[in-house]
Amino acid sequence: MAEAAEQTERNRWMSLLAKAPAEEVTQRWEALGGDPEFTVLRAPEVGGVMVRGRAGATGAPFNLGEMTVTRCSVRLSCGTVGHAYVQGRDKGHARRAALADALMQTDRAGEVRAALLAPIEALLDGRRQARAARAAATKVDFFTMARGED
Amino acid sequence: MYVAVKGGERAIDNAHAWLAEERRGDAAVDELTLDQIREQLALTVARVMAEGSLYDPDLAALAIKQARGDLIEAVFLVRAYRTTLPRFGASEPVDTGEMACDRRISATFKDAPGGQVLGPTFDYTHRLLDFKLAADGEAPATPQGEAGDATAPHITAFLGDEGLIQDEPESDATPPDLTREPMELPADRPLRLQALTRADEGFLLGLAYSTQRGYARNHAFVGELRIGAVVVEMEIPELGFAIELGEITLTECETVNQFTGSKTEPPQFTRGYGLVFGQTERKAISMALVDRALRWKELGEDDQGAPAQDEEFVLMHADNIQATGFLEHIKLPHYVDFQSELELVRKLRRAAQRDETPPEEAAE
Repeated sequence: MAEAAEQTERNRWMSLLAKAPAEEVTQRWEALGGDPEFTVLRAPEVGGVMVRGRAGATGAPFNLGEMTVTRCSVRLSCGTVGHAYVQGRDKGHARRAALADALMQTDRAGEVRAALLAPIEALLDGRRQARAARAAATKVDFFTMARGED
Repeated sequence: MYVAVKGGERAIDNAHAWLAEERRGDAAVDELTLDQIREQLALTVARVMAEGSLYDPDLAALAIKQARGDLIEAVFLVRAYRTTLPRFGASEPVDTGEMACDRRISATFKDAPGGQVLGPTFDYTHRLLDFKLAADGEAPATPQGEAGDATAPHITAFLGDEGLIQDEPESDATPPDLTREPMELPADRPLRLQALTRADEGFLLGLAYSTQRGYARNHAFVGELRIGAVVVEMEIPELGFAIELGEITLTECETVNQFTGSKTEPPQFTRGYGLVFGQTERKAISMALVDRALRWKELGEDDQGAPAQDEEFVLMHADNIQATGFLEHIKLPHYVDFQSELELVRKLRRAAQRDETPPEEAAE
């Protein structure tokens, strides 16, 4: 049970790091003090992931097309391993995300959350809300005209 | 006899140097940046991603710049790059029901739960050139509304609840992948949908239009059209659980089409489906119409001999890179092939001339 909760937590921060704009991660990373000591387990590698959809939105899966993804794995000097799969082709983004994943499993988690994850989450939320507010303004209000024969 | 031909290297190098200069255009005019292309030609970028079958707006912008705006050339560049990428895996099927919708309209239900959201659309514009844009491109402040948290449910689900529309049974079958194995016919629906979503927009539009004009008419309503962002999730082997890899913009079109029914099943609506990378509304609607036309066999309809019903005709000619590759190769040197044709036609003409010559003359 505790393991499942931990996994959910980790899933959340890894997902956030994957969706974060690369330049945002880079900037905030410097504020965090840059890279800690680490060894590379898997050097940043650019690849593709086949995105799938479902026929009729709910039916049989089909291949929609690929997206670019960069992955990286690192080990901190304390032995903690971090992984990253991030959208796009920015190798620095993948390395920093893997390091952040590792640091989040150490006692520096609070610091990383405050300086990196929380601001990124706020940024993405803000962007989403800005679009949602614009979409809401284009919502149609229908009104029915009085019909002549009634 | 095979004759090897060499030469032309210098001419080719010089042609490419000139191409680079022409691409740049007048050096007194500012150079286009990739950011400008990505942000201000977003629908072009979407089209190149959809037909290039690779979601990466920066790469698509680069391809458009390199191709001087020739979109099929840009798609070609993206496809070629794609083949160099190692494949990390396949995502979970995206959940379009959870889409953060910029636009969501239904032509069938006025009062659809979640409402009709127009989004940034060209619809209802007067299609008059806006000369103000030629002077300056400043955008006015956009009005903002009160956004609810709720995601909009799929409209076909309401019809499904009443059994009024044909079901789309969920499955976890691994779909065929035409980027890994050559397309085999007859193709099942997942393979057809993959081919259609990366197909040439113009070709699909023409075919879809033909179904509306009566070639395999199936009377489509746009049950729902939605554009927005969905998250992409994939199970990570080294972790043993799925994470979100990113967020992509998709356009989805679900059509509601005329009925099918049988002795055992009461009449119900049928569906066509379109799902395409980016804001690509015309393509998604076209895809749904062509998908529906290609389903005639499984829905027990007649073969009307219409082009849009002909799976081989549609699927084998919808890919603009395959098409342009074969089409454009005929402009490349065919000197030796042509020599042999020339020989042949001369021989035939000599023979024909002999046959036409009157016998008395021939005897001389």
